[in-house]
Amino acid sequence: MFDKQKIEEIAKERERWEKSTLPNWIKQCPERQKEFRNHSGFTIKGLYTPEDVKNLDYMRDLGFPGEYPFTRGLHATMYRGRLWTMRMFAGYGTAEDTNKRFKYLLSEGETGLSTAFDYPTIMGYDSDHPMARGEVGVCGVAISSLQDMEVLFNGIPLDKVTTSMTINGPASVLLAMYIAVGDKQGVPREKLGGTTQNDNLKEFFAQKLCIFPPKPSLKLSVDVIEYCARHLPKWNPISISGYHIREAGATAVQELAFTLYDGIAYVEETLKRGLKVDEFAPRLSFFFASHNDFFEEIAKFRAARRLWARIMKERFHAKNPRSMWMRMHVQTSGCTLTAQQPLNNIVRTTIQALAAVLGGTQSLHTNSFDEALCLPTEESVRVALRTQQIIAYESGVANTVDPLAGSYYVEALTNEMEEKAMEYIQKIDDMGGVIPAIEKGFFQKEIAESAYRYQKEIEEKKRILVGVNEYAIEGEECPVKLLRVDPSVEKKQVERLQKLKRERDNRKVKEVLEKLHYAAERDENLMPTIIEAVKAYATLGEIMDILRKVYGEYKELIII
Amino acid sequence: MQSGRKIRVLIAKPGLDSHDRGAKVVARALRDAGMEVIYTGLRQTPEQIVETALQEDVDVIGLSILSGAHMALFPRIMELLKEKGLTDVLVFAGGIIPEEDIPELKKIGIKEVFGPGTPTEKIIKYVFENAPKRA
Repeated sequence: MFDKQKIEEIAKERERWEKSTLPNWIKQCPERQKEFRNHSGFTIKGLYTPEDVKNLDYMRDLGFPGEYPFTRGLHATMYRGRLWTMRMFAGYGTAEDTNKRFKYLLSEGETGLSTAFDYPTIMGYDSDHPMARGEVGVCGVAISSLQDMEVLFNGIPLDKVTTSMTINGPASVLLAMYIAVGDKQGVPREKLGGTTQNDNLKEFFAQKLCIFPPKPSLKLSVDVIEYCARHLPKWNPISISGYHIREAGATAVQELAFTLYDGIAYVEETLKRGLKVDEFAPRLSFFFASHNDFFEEIAKFRAARRLWARIMKERFHAKNPRSMWMRMHVQTSGCTLTAQQPLNNIVRTTIQALAAVLGGTQSLHTNSFDEALCLPTEESVRVALRTQQIIAYESGVANTVDPLAGSYYVEALTNEMEEKAMEYIQKIDDMGGVIPAIEKGFFQKEIAESAYRYQKEIEEKKRILVGVNEYAIEGEECPVKLLRVDPSVEKKQVERLQKLKRERDNRKVKEVLEKLHYAAERDENLMPTIIEAVKAYATLGEIMDILRKVYGEYKELIII
Repeated sequence: MQSGRKIRVLIAKPGLDSHDRGAKVVARALRDAGMEVIYTGLRQTPEQIVETALQEDVDVIGLSILSGAHMALFPRIMELLKEKGLTDVLVFAGGIIPEEDIPELKKIGIKEVFGPGTPTEKIIKYVFENAPKRA
């Protein structure tokens, strides 16, 4: 961005400054630490100057918003045109309970729905399965059949909202149920908008809610991508997720690299189905965490957009600029929330949300301050949503596009993020791709190592957590009112499910499950058959049991 | 230093949740402190956990759960331990466990509950001081 001569002049001046001005200041006021590092382990200098971005080429590396390589944002007007989608992850109890929470959030100004399912649903078990004991409706909403899904979206027109569903192994089944509800409401399929997380790869080393071994898991993800490319043009079939990678302990740069590599794997697999890259890539979406180090996070989001655009163009030869778009959802980082002095979490969440907005996210979830203790209450969720609204309407940060571009520090960090992520990508390429890397335990080891190091840094007070290892309150009492899920939920849910199993057309169910078994063995795209099965009120557990029979179950690779 | 063998600890994850970051960090910290640590992996039923405890002849069991199902699963684990005669095993727990549940858990024999933000050092010290002494 500067000519060579100018850079030389600045370098000379900087050297002079380091000899004359700086030493006196350091003598009077020594630096607080010997070394400053961010979470990714990059050394942070005391001062950044044009020298640190001397190789930055404005048109090549930044460009204009809405144009390749999209570093400055996907849209030309960004938030001046439309604010990000405020999408709050919600779900607990029965479908009735969550339907009520959805309607409450919509009435408070939320602009998109996001569904949390309970663990039995996530693992593909019906609410009456022995493994579901004590878990029904506890960490999310219990959905065992189309009947529950109908209740969940009762009174919510599916052509008016977009819905995100955090579901992976059983993503095809939940999407099938959503399609069935849409059909019943008379909404044409081309109008159904939303996202299924459907990122089964990261399950093996991050979220670890794995049901099947890696290969069939990848196949199921790609079934959904392929089906949506052909039939649901407005649906994001996958949300390629770094969030869980980060929450499991990865650093920012690991989160970035591993997520993009998963993205590469999905593209490669989908190409094998005979689709052209521009036929499905525009609907791939991403999901990242926003952690505590403000500038590191901003750099990560900007680098992610640029790197993905380059990968799509150079590695996969995409032609449609939309195939090069990295559309992202961001969630503030759950693992940074403290159980101690929980109101402090509002401040953490604000800083993290601000980083996401300055990083140019399309959609944002802000955590509630009580989430290190329990599921959020209505009050705490409202504060979290208001945090986004204050950033959007009061802070002024949404008034211009990519306001931090050109900051020597932010651009230098963005470059470093991209470079270090590329090194990881090269390494995984050399291992033969994502599945061999999973089987070797590569990601698992990298993440466990980072998690342990982070914990050590906290215990050695190299990293300060306010209210935890400094500024703690002795004998602090929990000041917040906790939300408890009514224990009668499990009973109610099991009764409804068993009634359904008695009253539906069981001959039809048997028939369609046999058909599914056959389709799975022949390695067909299972979406059409699964839609048929859920419409006959075959349950989630019954469908997943067929697939468990065909694919087998995943045995965890234990790495401490 | 204890006489005889190293303290044997089972870190177990009952429930369906997959939040194993804490369990693994604790497992590693206890191992680095000189104990023998066995980690069960995710989603273990109470029966599986007690079976592993028996097979591995452990002195201590650490239960980690963040799904909220502790009140349904912990009593079953404690019952099974009693049935198998493993009454001298020290059992502690960690994860997201509301304070108001702790008295009930202590009543059924869970000796300590460590919440989020607990330094591993505190857990190490606790285990060294409270593990049953065996030859």
